[in-house]
Amino acid sequence: MDRKGAEILWDTLVHAGVEVVFGYPGGAILPAYDALLDFPIRHVLCRHEQGAAHMADGYARASGRVGVAIATSGPGATNLVTGIATAMLDSSPVVFITGQVPGWMLGRDAFQEVDMTGITMPITKHNYLVTSADEIGPVLEEAIYVATSGRPGPVLVDITKDALQKMARFVPGSRPVRLPGYRPDLRALPEEFDQAIALIDGAKRPVVLAGQGVLQSRATGELRAFLEKAQVPAALTLLGLGCVPASHPLNLGMMGMHGEAWVNKAIQEADLIVALGMRFDDRVTGHLQAYARAARKIHVEIDPSEVNKNVVVDVGIVGDVRETLNRFQGQVAPGHRDAWLARIAELKGDSAVRDIQTLPDNGRLLAAHVINDLWNATGGNALVVTDVGQHQMWVAQYYHQETPYRFVTSGGLGTMGFGIPAAIGAKMARPEEEVWVVVGDGGFQMTSAELTTCVQEGLKINVALINNGYLGMVRQWQEFFYNKRYAATPLRNPDFVKLAEAHGLASWRVDKRADVRAAVERARLEEGSVVIDFRVEQEDSVYPMVPSGAGLDEMIRRPSPIVETSQSDW
Amino acid sequence: MAAESNGRRSASRLQALVVYVEDRPGVLTRVASLFRRRSFNIASLTVGHTDQPGVSRMTIVMEGDDADALRCEANLYRLVNVLRVENVTHLPSVQRDLALVKVRCPASARSDLLQVCDVFRARVIDVSPEAMIVEITGTEDKIEGLLDVLRPFGIIEMVRTGSVAMTRGAEAPSVDPHFVHATVSGVDSGQPDQQETGGQGGTDVL
Ligand SMILES: Cc1ncc(C[n+]2csc(CCOP(=O)(O)OP(=O)(O)O)c2C)c(N)n1
Ligand SMILES: [Mg+2]
Repeated sequence: MDRKGAEILWDTLVHAGVEVVFGYPGGAILPAYDALLDFPIRHVLCRHEQGAAHMADGYARASGRVGVAIATSGPGATNLVTGIATAMLDSSPVVFITGQVPGWMLGRDAFQEVDMTGITMPITKHNYLVTSADEIGPVLEEAIYVATSGRPGPVLVDITKDALQKMARFVPGSRPVRLPGYRPDLRALPEEFDQAIALIDGAKRPVVLAGQGVLQSRATGELRAFLEKAQVPAALTLLGLGCVPASHPLNLGMMGMHGEAWVNKAIQEADLIVALGMRFDDRVTGHLQAYARAARKIHVEIDPSEVNKNVVVDVGIVGDVRETLNRFQGQVAPGHRDAWLARIAELKGDSAVRDIQTLPDNGRLLAAHVINDLWNATGGNALVVTDVGQHQMWVAQYYHQETPYRFVTSGGLGTMGFGIPAAIGAKMARPEEEVWVVVGDGGFQMTSAELTTCVQEGLKINVALINNGYLGMVRQWQEFFYNKRYAATPLRNPDFVKLAEAHGLASWRVDKRADVRAAVERARLEEGSVVIDFRVEQEDSVYPMVPSGAGLDEMIRRPSPIVETSQSDW
Repeated sequence: MAAESNGRRSASRLQALVVYVEDRPGVLTRVASLFRRRSFNIASLTVGHTDQPGVSRMTIVMEGDDADALRCEANLYRLVNVLRVENVTHLPSVQRDLALVKVRCPASARSDLLQVCDVFRARVIDVSPEAMIVEITGTEDKIEGLLDVLRPFGIIEMVRTGSVAMTRGAEAPSVDPHFVHATVSGVDSGQPDQQETGGQGGTDVL
């Protein structure tokens, strides 16, 4: 039976298990929207295509399934770009569908024509320009397969308007995807496993570095079994948080620029690093020449181009993290590393004393307190989505992740404006979860229009707005490295409570620590979405901090004790 | 750049990669864009058909050491349309470049010029009253050598194809992506592999 390309589009998505798409209509994509009404797919109307992109991304991260965003040609498509790059840098499986001008107009600078496959070539795992109706089905199936297999990533499908309108025949799922050059399932050689096992067995001071790859390959159980058998402590990347329970004795915590001092010191003192599904980003290595110089290195990665990219390793194991860990776990000797674990405990030194949480309430509201109390009040069980900035790092430090897949954040691209839309996507994916967004006053204003999307869709998310009156993370850099010259970082903010109310949300202000817990509890009782405007200390900084370009152990410590947070004595 | 700071680099030289790609629109752009994005320097790039329909073959000569070539190979494999990459730099192989050179040549200089061509086994493929077109095939060195002696005659125009390369012997190009010493499980990578689409497009988290 011949059908319109637009019908094939939706039928293919439905057949692939897609239940929801996030998008915004326009001329070139209109045939697809017209056909949408006849298919069992929920469409979430965003208020800016960037929002749709982050929603689909948040959906993908929270569910592990493909997220789908759709937009029209030209400005609709270019508005997706930041979201596509965000998904690319964090390897998130999202399929982006964009309308394109009719095929006969291509290349003539037609109204709302933009070369989307050209623009997105470096920020997609793969992309397609579809100019005929009979390509739509096969290409979409291929796109979903590519996005979700191997190292996941975004795939863009740009479809001309006439392809959507013309007739073709396609039965979803009827032909296998044929990609002769695509190898998502590379495996290391047996001798490489042997080398790795020998290194692990022989190591006195090993550290595992666990990244998002552990979560994406569903290897949290395998990782834990391996760590416990070999008695190897693990440091986590930002995106790896949750892959080992925060309270697990072998979990050191987050590494890198804002990781705890002892974690980074342990890495610097290690004689073996076992990196799992992480890519040695400069935010976790610090200065490369000074990085883990005493350590032999094993890198387990599904993407061969990551091996030896930033850090030269002794053994590169290309393959799935879960399978690899299963082999490791079966073959390593049970470890006894008491001396090393004792040494790490010693490295903690006075960190606990310096910790903000142990300081008495001095009447001022610190962002870290808000996060800590939110963690307490929600029993640590909320699905937390962050935006980008200081508040993001405080969430990483103080919202301890006991369970996997409850933390969504933009790591690689560090995209402000990600939080609110990504939380909408996450809530759509996991409606039973209590979703909290922690967002700064800067980032909030980038995508706050999506609060209305929440209302329109009848979704409940809880927004903890960390309002410090500054683009805080940039202000912190200015404080530390630019002599406190606060160029363009103080914010004149709107009345956030009124703004949220105008969107139809319940909203109120909190400026005392004593009120934080009650506010969280009230938010949980409210039926709809809420925005809590937490008025926090303005000139507070995230500690510890490895200045960019410095060695991993050359960190700026937390001032001890904090008397005036704005006059740090580092 | 990053690998540089790890201080394990051999001296920079030219690397020759043979790259098989699907013959589809935009593949050349994808490859070229990859080189630019990852700051690899292309010395020359040639593309053409193979005896297999739907498959094109590129010879890419890049500046860099063995580690660069390895990184480049691994990155090329990230492109969905790349079928196979082979670094022939250290393999017994032949490399050829072709040049057409239009040289100023009045009747008086003709016999001198023909003699030079003879020595280099270059062919004269066009003669006009004031000029000749000389064709030469060979290694880059040989072509440079000819150009040096043609220059005094006056070179009017020149075009070179860039290197093409092929390994010696009867063996077909290796099919395993040896760049990571990895094997491909489940599929015979010489053949187009057939993969079913996952109905769900990924697995559920919980
Ligand atoms: C789209 C975008 N623009 C600029 C930046 C640079 N940047 C990083 S953090 C930050 C400040 C964020 O301020 P705010 O949202 O108030 O969060 P805070 O750091 O104060 O918690 C900026 C401007 C960015 N990451 N993303
Ligand atoms: Mg702020």
